[in-house]
Amino acid sequence: MLRFVVRRLLLLVPILLGLSITLFAWVRALPGGPAVALLGERATPDAVARVNALYGFDRPIWEQYLAYLARVVRGDLGTSTTTRQPVVDELVRLFPATIELTLLALVLAVGIGVPLGYLAARRHHTWVDNLSVVGSLVGVTIPVFFLGFILKYVFAVRLGWLPASGRQDARLFTDHPTGFYVLDGFLVGRPDVAWDAFLHLVLPAVALATIPLAIIARITRAAVLDVLGEDYVRTAEAKGLTRRTVSRRHVLRNALLPVVTVTGLQTGLLLAGAVLTETVFAFPGVGSFLVDAIFQRDYAVIQGFILVIAVIVVLVNLLVDIAYGLIDPRIRVAA
Amino acid sequence: MSAVAGQVAGPGEPGAPLLEVRDLGVSFLRRGRPPVRAVEGVSFTVEAGRTVGLVGESGSGKSVTALSIMGLLPRRGVATAGDVRLAGESLVGLPDAALREIRGRDVAMVFQDPMSSLNPVVTVGLQLTEVLRRHRGLSRPAAREAGVALLDRVGIPDSRRRMSSFPHQLSGGMRQRALLAMAVACRPRLLIADEPTTALDVTIQAQILELLAELVRDAGTALLLITHDLGVVAGVCDEVHVMYSGRIVESASRRDLFRAPRHPYTHGLLGSIPRLDTPRGTRLEAIPGSPTQVLAWERGCAFQPRCGHALDVCAERSPELVDTGRHRLRCHNPVGDPVGARS
Amino acid sequence: MTGPPLTPVPASGPAALSPGALPLPEDEVRATLKGDAWRRLRRDPMAIVGAVLVVGFVGVALAAPLIAPYSPTETPGLGQVTPTTIPGPSSEHWLGLDNLGRDEFSRIVWGARQSLVVGVVSLLLGATVGIVLGLLAGAVGGWVDVVVMRVTDVMLAVPGLLFAIGVAALLGASLLSVMIAIAVINVPIFARLLRGSMLSVRESDYVVATRSLGISPGRVVFGHVLPNSLSPVLVQGTLTLATAIVDAAALAFLGLSGTDPAVPEWGRMLAETQRFLASAPHLAIFPGLAIVAAALGFTLLGESLREALDPKYRR
Repeated sequence: MLRFVVRRLLLLVPILLGLSITLFAWVRALPGGPAVALLGERATPDAVARVNALYGFDRPIWEQYLAYLARVVRGDLGTSTTTRQPVVDELVRLFPATIELTLLALVLAVGIGVPLGYLAARRHHTWVDNLSVVGSLVGVTIPVFFLGFILKYVFAVRLGWLPASGRQDARLFTDHPTGFYVLDGFLVGRPDVAWDAFLHLVLPAVALATIPLAIIARITRAAVLDVLGEDYVRTAEAKGLTRRTVSRRHVLRNALLPVVTVTGLQTGLLLAGAVLTETVFAFPGVGSFLVDAIFQRDYAVIQGFILVIAVIVVLVNLLVDIAYGLIDPRIRVAA
Repeated sequence: MSAVAGQVAGPGEPGAPLLEVRDLGVSFLRRGRPPVRAVEGVSFTVEAGRTVGLVGESGSGKSVTALSIMGLLPRRGVATAGDVRLAGESLVGLPDAALREIRGRDVAMVFQDPMSSLNPVVTVGLQLTEVLRRHRGLSRPAAREAGVALLDRVGIPDSRRRMSSFPHQLSGGMRQRALLAMAVACRPRLLIADEPTTALDVTIQAQILELLAELVRDAGTALLLITHDLGVVAGVCDEVHVMYSGRIVESASRRDLFRAPRHPYTHGLLGSIPRLDTPRGTRLEAIPGSPTQVLAWERGCAFQPRCGHALDVCAERSPELVDTGRHRLRCHNPVGDPVGARS
Repeated sequence: MTGPPLTPVPASGPAALSPGALPLPEDEVRATLKGDAWRRLRRDPMAIVGAVLVVGFVGVALAAPLIAPYSPTETPGLGQVTPTTIPGPSSEHWLGLDNLGRDEFSRIVWGARQSLVVGVVSLLLGATVGIVLGLLAGAVGGWVDVVVMRVTDVMLAVPGLLFAIGVAALLGASLLSVMIAIAVINVPIFARLLRGSMLSVRESDYVVATRSLGISPGRVVFGHVLPNSLSPVLVQGTLTLATAIVDAAALAFLGLSGTDPAVPEWGRMLAETQRFLASAPHLAIFPGLAIVAAALGFTLLGESLREALDPKYRR
């Protein structure tokens, strides 16, 4: 088991290095060079020359890379050209919003996807199953920004049940000790604020959850179908065990293993999807800030945000991998 | 004693064999194509405490017969006909709950591949105690003790520690022993073993068979042994039924079958087994061709294309099962009859 | 936010209880794999729906000059458009007008052409590069393989859309950037696919035998690996085309495909009409539906292909 974990951790190193190299090279490859990235597109050649000398952009490339790496490790991701704030500060400010959104979406995706997949598998070859297959295919294909539009139109514009944008009703002004608005509402003793924040999360979370939900439902269904055909389920039936015991101990315990892995892998999809979803719903999180940065050519932000998101995805994948090793006795216990 | 409660009738039922299979037929339905008749008109009995062998090649329908007795065939896409009675009570059409009472407690089954037959993420001990707790209502500690005793009984060393082992930590032979332990845990009256040794190493096969014979002997359990290996049958079974393409073609006691096989198929099977006293260089006699499944018995005898004993009538009319006293035979021209004597 | 639909866990273990496990009757032995696949495909409702959508999409895209009543920049309805009212579908303009008085139906039709070009080009580009890399990695092995694996690891570690954003931002906002970006994010998928194919063929007994006979590796690659990989590549290609269409729309939505008004792009149309959601929802609904229809067509087709070509795969 320990060997398993160590091996996974070692694999982490080249990937993280590769990521940093890629993003480092990315900025260097921009038209105008890194000086333009720092100063903005309208920098004069003089300013560019000065910045090049100042920041050592005329140094050998590997020296620059090491300097960059050193800065990143120290937590310095540069400064945003649009807000003049350190990139790291902007990240910290905005991440709680995206985390709230992503978390809710994940809960929806798993909470609905797994039971749906299980039901479809148990009702194999019936209309329920066929519908779920088609449904998950459609769910995977719908672009999240279009889905966001539809949800916004139906529930916010036409029905008015839910807010169309933002994180909070502007009229509810409170302190935000943690940055997690729903939590903050309870912390400052204003449950109505928490509720309002939650309502603002619903539509974007539903839009964001759709694709992972479809994938999770599909994988669950496939895994359950596979397990149902396994010999050990037949043995369990031959022993005369109750339906419940067979389902829980023999079917689900095996079927949910791949589901755990897949769920973890959805992190990447969720974070990427958050970029689009936050834009559609004007939700002030990491994603919408990144989109603005793209439009404004704020290269420091683009580089820094993508690096951090990618690192998070890699770390989560690693954690999921390790967790899987802990759950599956074939890996946890040596033969 | 009602079928609903799932109680199996006691031995008081006069003359009723423990297991009675009457005219069993199983067909698998396919979309847009004719159904596959895996088993047709199969009838046999198993008396309490006796060992019966069901022999045949793959595709003969022997496994399907066993699964049908246990009620383990899928509900959808399968058509069953005929009757299966356990101690006089019919199992066909019993509701699921009743079947679950009977399985594991009155009838148990072991399958062919011990690796895939065990749940990989649950300990061997738990897979054993779950049967004990389910049917005998034992508490957890009591079940654990009974489990250890059972593992000892089937010859698994270091049994207490093995209770917390996972299947992948055991060898093939040990896994099959564990599965046997699970099967006999509740002292079933009938044990069905479907190719219990086929997936094992040759050296282990003999050990497992010996264990199996010992277990049924000591507990007085009836055994239905399903195999393609006549050698296995010869060592263990009191009676033998030979199946071909879904039907029984010969039934006899062990002695009669092996001393004088009458169906050309059985004869061929026995003849194809190399013997120690066969002179070197003698060709192995194989039965030419392979079994078919579609419309096997529609155009006469299913074995006819491969039969060295075939007559013209064999390709026209399907033979009925006939009782000759010592054998039951489904053949127009059995071995040992002068040619043409039957028509 | 897209990715290729993850492949479900492959079937494992004997499923002796399913009727399909019984030996097939001899008189129904299939002649060829392709013939059997075609037969299955023909009967599959999912394949039929997918094919209809795909043919419709491709047909509309190719026949755009013939079908579209107006060019994408003409403004036939300028007079009817006010800041508060944008006419929806009518008998004159089937899908209504947009905020500048252009015919929405024509723009959708011309947009199909865009999506098709972008999708196909990026697929071909990405698949070709990926296939070559994968073959090299599998055939040569050694450090080439290690490098390719690490690089694909890194590329796959970053969520696809983000990577594409990075590439497109790097190259400047234009249609070409979008095509290249999408091609890039699909390279690792095909590379892994072919590498896997290559490795499994390399280990197969057949190939070991040919090696001992002295047959050149080139023959092995072309004679054995490529034909064997044809099916998975075909399936993956179809599915990738679906995701390419959606990814391209996403990048266009984010403004990375340029702002040329003469070239309507469904994703960009969605972005531009966001603010009219309340007054003129049809401006967002139609491009969105078009994207879904096109992508869904290829997805359904790809999935049915996968099932038809691999007899063991269960949907």
